Amino acid sequence: MPPSETSVHREIPPDDLEDLRLLLETVHDRAGMDFRGYAYSSLRRRVARAVSDAGAATITGLHQRLKSDDKLLLDLIRVLTVHTTAMFRDPAFFRIFREKVVPVLRTYPFVRLWVAGCSTGEEVYSLSILLREEGLAERSRIYATDLSDTVLDRARGGVFPLAAMQEYSANYRASGGKMPFSDYFTADSESVIFRRHLRDNVVFGTHNLASDASFNEFHVILCRNVMIYFRRELQERVHKLFYDSLVTYGYLGLGRSEAVRFTAQAQAYEALGGRERLFRKIK
Amino acid sequence: MIVIGGSLGGCDALREILTHLPADFGLPIAVVLHRHRESSDMLVPVVQRNCLLPVAEAEDKEPIKAGRVYLCPADYHLLIDNGCFALSTDEAVNFARPSIDVLFESAAEWQRQNVVAVVLTGSGSDGAQGAQRVKEYGGTVFVQDPKIAEGPWMPMAAIGTTQTPFVMTLTEITQALIGLAAHRQHLQ
Repeated sequence: MPPSETSVHREIPPDDLEDLRLLLETVHDRAGMDFRGYAYSSLRRRVARAVSDAGAATITGLHQRLKSDDKLLLDLIRVLTVHTTAMFRDPAFFRIFREKVVPVLRTYPFVRLWVAGCSTGEEVYSLSILLREEGLAERSRIYATDLSDTVLDRARGGVFPLAAMQEYSANYRASGGKMPFSDYFTADSESVIFRRHLRDNVVFGTHNLASDASFNEFHVILCRNVMIYFRRELQERVHKLFYDSLVTYGYLGLGRSEAVRFTAQAQAYEALGGRERLFRKIK
Repeated sequence: MIVIGGSLGGCDALREILTHLPADFGLPIAVVLHRHRESSDMLVPVVQRNCLLPVAEAEDKEPIKAGRVYLCPADYHLLIDNGCFALSTDEAVNFARPSIDVLFESAAEWQRQNVVAVVLTGSGSDGAQGAQRVKEYGGTVFVQDPKIAEGPWMPMAAIGTTQTPFVMTLTEITQALIGLAAHRQHLQ
């Protein structure tokens, strides 16, 4: 029988946890970017890639060079902040949003929506398209925030790879989209640019979920697959921030495998729409 | 804990193991099966059928509990992080999301010698790097015998990286897992 059978099951922190912690302290000191509340396992995979891209052998090796190399520091921050998503990811989420949230939003004179941790903007453009098709674009504003100026610039630009459009277009149709998806962008041989009017009601701005306070009161907050990268303590902070930032009966949208039941705010929300993680603040 | 990865034919192989585990099986089981990103929620009821242990898709920050089967949700990577599951939407690893390597590597980093990784049938080589990491950290690697696997490539790749002596039929893997769990309960 294998030797492991005699070991008592216990979780031991990984060897390089401390090296990673020290690296994040330096990033915070030098760039003011705070990744110290991020969950270890995903972060470690990203840092491992930065270590390899830099030609370093270890996290400590990268750390030493970061102290004086600004370009390397920016490269690492880019690797840590970019967040992979898709337009209309989980089409059923947007379908339920159209069916259950939009009719309520129509009853408000003006609607404020917050896409928190918007990264390169896939979710922002999805939401803007949806609001336009539902006739809400003229009386709504989307606040799209991220901690990184670099990804916000990309989001503002509205340029996405042409190769992704087949998937996004299929998602859009499955989400209840009403137009040919290609009406929303112009394409060249490698990329597409989304139409400028989709940004008319969007305000892009820097906001750090790890340290910044609430900046408005919202009817809808979308933060899908962002907190999966946070440790529980930071996740609790952000949930508190969202709770404080939502109007009563406001809506919170999370990623498909994110739960509120492990947080202090669990009782404050009711779930709408079964498998999709769309919640309504009820107290 | 037990971590299991499968691809082509992996669902049937997984069920063959799970349906023979006893209700008091005392270890957590986390599973990555390659699946299409738009695949429906049908996998949970399929795997649950005739399995005595509760089966569910893992949620982010969910504490890992013994005697349960956790499936990786479609279009996420599944990781272990400080006693809980963690999910990621980072890009595909070797064209796969979920990636078996990602699960195996994070399990090895947190649980070291207490990990048993099981590589089932599949095309490609996902799981081979992760299984190697499991072995490096003192864990154990079981591989479905490529001679009887529907997709021999994944088992062969894992045997290649780990040189594991535990190349077995599904029945032998099941018996070994039951033995491990019973022995651990005995120790406690």
